[in-house]
Amino acid sequence: MVSESLTSAPGDHGPAPASPAAAPDVQMLTNPLRDPRDRRIPRVAGPCVLVMFGVTGDLARKKLLPAIYDLANRGLLPPGFSLVGFARRDWEDEDFAQLTYEAVKQHARTPFRDTVWRQVSEGVRFVPGDFGDDAAFDSLAETVRSLDAERSTGGNYAFYLSIPPKAFPVVVKQLRRSGLSDPDTWVPPEGHHPWAGDRRPWRRVVIEKPFGHDLKSARELNDTLNEVFPPESVFRIDHYLGKETVQNILALRFANTMYEPIWSRGFVDHVQISMAEDIGIGGRAGYYDGIGAARDVIQNHLLQLLALTAMEEPVAFDADSLRAEKEKVLSAVRLPADLATGTARGQYAAGWQGGEEVRGYLEEEGISPDSRTETYAAVRLGVGTRRWAGVPFYLRTGKRLPRRMTEIALIFQRAPHLPFSATDTKELGQNALVIRVQPDEGVTVRFGSKVPGSAMEVRDVNMDFAYGESFTESSPEAYERLLLDVLIGDPPLFPRQEEVELSWRILDPIEQFWAEYLKPDPYPAGSSGAASADAMMARDGRAWRRL
Amino acid sequence: MTIDLTDTSAGAIYEALTEARRRMGGAALGMVLTLIVETDEAAQYDAMRSANQAGREHPCRVLGVITRRPKAESRLDAEIRVGETGPGETILLRMYGPVGQHADSVLAPLLVPDVPVVTWWPGQAPAVPSESPLGVLAQRRVTDSASGDTVRGVLASLAGSYEPGDTDFAWTRLTPWRTLLAATLDVPHPDIIRGEVLAEQDNPSGDVLAGWLSVRLGIPMRRGDSAGPGITDVRFETSAGEISIARHDGRTATLSKTGEPDRRVALHRRDQAELLAEELRRLDPDDVYGESLAWLFSDARADDGPDSDTFTLSGRPAAGRQASAEERLAAQVEANAPEPALADAAATKAMDANEGETGVEAEQEIANQ
Repeated sequence: MVSESLTSAPGDHGPAPASPAAAPDVQMLTNPLRDPRDRRIPRVAGPCVLVMFGVTGDLARKKLLPAIYDLANRGLLPPGFSLVGFARRDWEDEDFAQLTYEAVKQHARTPFRDTVWRQVSEGVRFVPGDFGDDAAFDSLAETVRSLDAERSTGGNYAFYLSIPPKAFPVVVKQLRRSGLSDPDTWVPPEGHHPWAGDRRPWRRVVIEKPFGHDLKSARELNDTLNEVFPPESVFRIDHYLGKETVQNILALRFANTMYEPIWSRGFVDHVQISMAEDIGIGGRAGYYDGIGAARDVIQNHLLQLLALTAMEEPVAFDADSLRAEKEKVLSAVRLPADLATGTARGQYAAGWQGGEEVRGYLEEEGISPDSRTETYAAVRLGVGTRRWAGVPFYLRTGKRLPRRMTEIALIFQRAPHLPFSATDTKELGQNALVIRVQPDEGVTVRFGSKVPGSAMEVRDVNMDFAYGESFTESSPEAYERLLLDVLIGDPPLFPRQEEVELSWRILDPIEQFWAEYLKPDPYPAGSSGAASADAMMARDGRAWRRL
Repeated sequence: MTIDLTDTSAGAIYEALTEARRRMGGAALGMVLTLIVETDEAAQYDAMRSANQAGREHPCRVLGVITRRPKAESRLDAEIRVGETGPGETILLRMYGPVGQHADSVLAPLLVPDVPVVTWWPGQAPAVPSESPLGVLAQRRVTDSASGDTVRGVLASLAGSYEPGDTDFAWTRLTPWRTLLAATLDVPHPDIIRGEVLAEQDNPSGDVLAGWLSVRLGIPMRRGDSAGPGITDVRFETSAGEISIARHDGRTATLSKTGEPDRRVALHRRDQAELLAEELRRLDPDDVYGESLAWLFSDARADDGPDSDTFTLSGRPAAGRQASAEERLAAQVEANAPEPALADAAATKAMDANEGETGVEAEQEIANQ
């Protein structure tokens, strides 16, 4: 209930509109239909145009275009939302709409509905051209402006650069040259009411990993973007951060009482963060060779997971507080004193993976037979804080491992004293809390339990919380969530440039050491990775969790 | 696995359930709630199907309760289904004779420990849900006023007996509409002076929507009739033109603003299972619904009684914002004399739009949205 005092004061209606024209009294206050108690109403993106570069790529077809449809199907896209594709194809709007249609039919997660598709397809446009072609970008600018007029998109544009980073400079330059990137020069379409253009329109640019291949290139990339887009309008997508379980790490840690007290060196023996893939490099040879597993996965995904696992409680659940805590913990990461024994790298050789005979990395198409690129990487990191001093964080990732799996495992210390005889607890391992990121998202707690019977015998059991297969129907795909956040302008799930630079600071010395001294250790495809990584664990008296 | 028990007791049902679960290998331990469904023989198939479908999103124990032949001798029959219909468990209970008056005594031992209880009446709602025997067990009580005999009467009775934790499908059905309306007003817009909602005459969602908009926006809202299906139009008169959303085919809505091109947006109606799944997502009291319902049946309603076809809600200064002097003036004017021009024009337009309409499925549960 609202107190009376809130409802009086005539004329207290915010500052007068700046526009000199006799603009109608613009409602600039918060939307009265939105009430924090009313949680049925979801956040919905405002009117905008999404301009996508690289629409013919795999990511666009399998993830981005279906995600746009799914968002529309869930009613989270505004009326008038428009999608413009740009690529070097001799296409009309209809051809791009057809590509989108097929992508949606094949990969969308929500059921196909004609009405939703019609809504989406009405706003689909395509502009053919090269990145170097001024005329093509002029025609893009024209297309976008005509969408402003036809569909009242309010002059808000997001640019999704699903293209190789080497093309960024030219695209960004073109966006500036064509005037697309500058919100201040935007004028509302003729005939539109002034209130529609009263708010300064926004510009956002979305980029995907890799964010450079070392600190220097990451900075160059950032400089290129910042010439045209201010830091707060750059959205770096790390799709792991869009996953439900990853966001659930924060809920698990900071919404509960029972985990945080044991979330420290007093109880945790070590932490293992793993991302295993069963596939090889597939068609990514051109990108992958020379980059390798550490740059491809550890720099972004695994260090982000480490940051979320190890960070202190943010003072608030907003972008600045979250990023501040992540940056603190990333800046506290310590490398092993001896990189030769504290890191390991491997390269898959021919072998049998999941019942299929597969080629080794060096025999893959497009890979030089003397390539020193690693397809498996493992590192032991420390976190120099009071909470984590002395607790190793083991990170590993690899291709052609037995199965696809990503998890964070906190392995706890053994109980300081066991009042049972040694034989009773022979099969008792260390307690563990495992956050399964994919597949089969959920949380497992592993602890000892008495085996039923007349003898006292303790063995490890699992207690499981699963989001469940059924649950995924309604839980949004990572890209859906992230695209929506971009369109709404909600940044907590996107790493900031500082985080990217801190990650490279961690990885650069390792990469330099590897380049000079450490050849990748071959491992048969389908095995659990490089023997040197197992040896690294064995030296510490530990073992990797089974993949 | 299906187990039929005749002339049984809650204890025997519980044992059978435990045994079934043991044989299935520990299925259904991650249940998040117990869902009680009070229904009748005719409606039970659809209701249980919806409950099981919603159970895919919210693994739960579904307890279907059917009371039969109150004059017969006391008897309890149970049909247990485990591991067939989804992640949870389903028990359909048929109560004959006096035991039907004491259904809560059968249900209490069958509730899943520690997790919330929701009671759902897919058909006729009890007069006071929070005091009915099966409502007392639950912290969330879900009714469907659209399935009552006299829709407005049911809604009025629900408003009178409202307790935090009550909710109604008439409100649930509105979520897509409310989302679209909220999104429409996220964008800067001129001051809204008054508005109207057009829907089928006995559509309770249309009434609640008018109530909600009137409370939140602090403007007079007129509730008019159209040929449907469900809600067809929401219109706002602003200080500079009109903002309207029209959905005449039950599928696609058109958003129109003076001076801007029309835009279409999919706005489809959802089936019972989806509505139930939405209800189960939130188990805390829905205050916004309570306020909207209360407003709808408060003195602010400047109409000719609950059975009239159309009525107007006068505005009140809305929560969370300050009403302009103009609005408050308009509210007073509106309360005395409803604006006939807007209403008539709207009604005519709605009629026209509905003429060409064919093939709209008249499924009761959907059409009411």
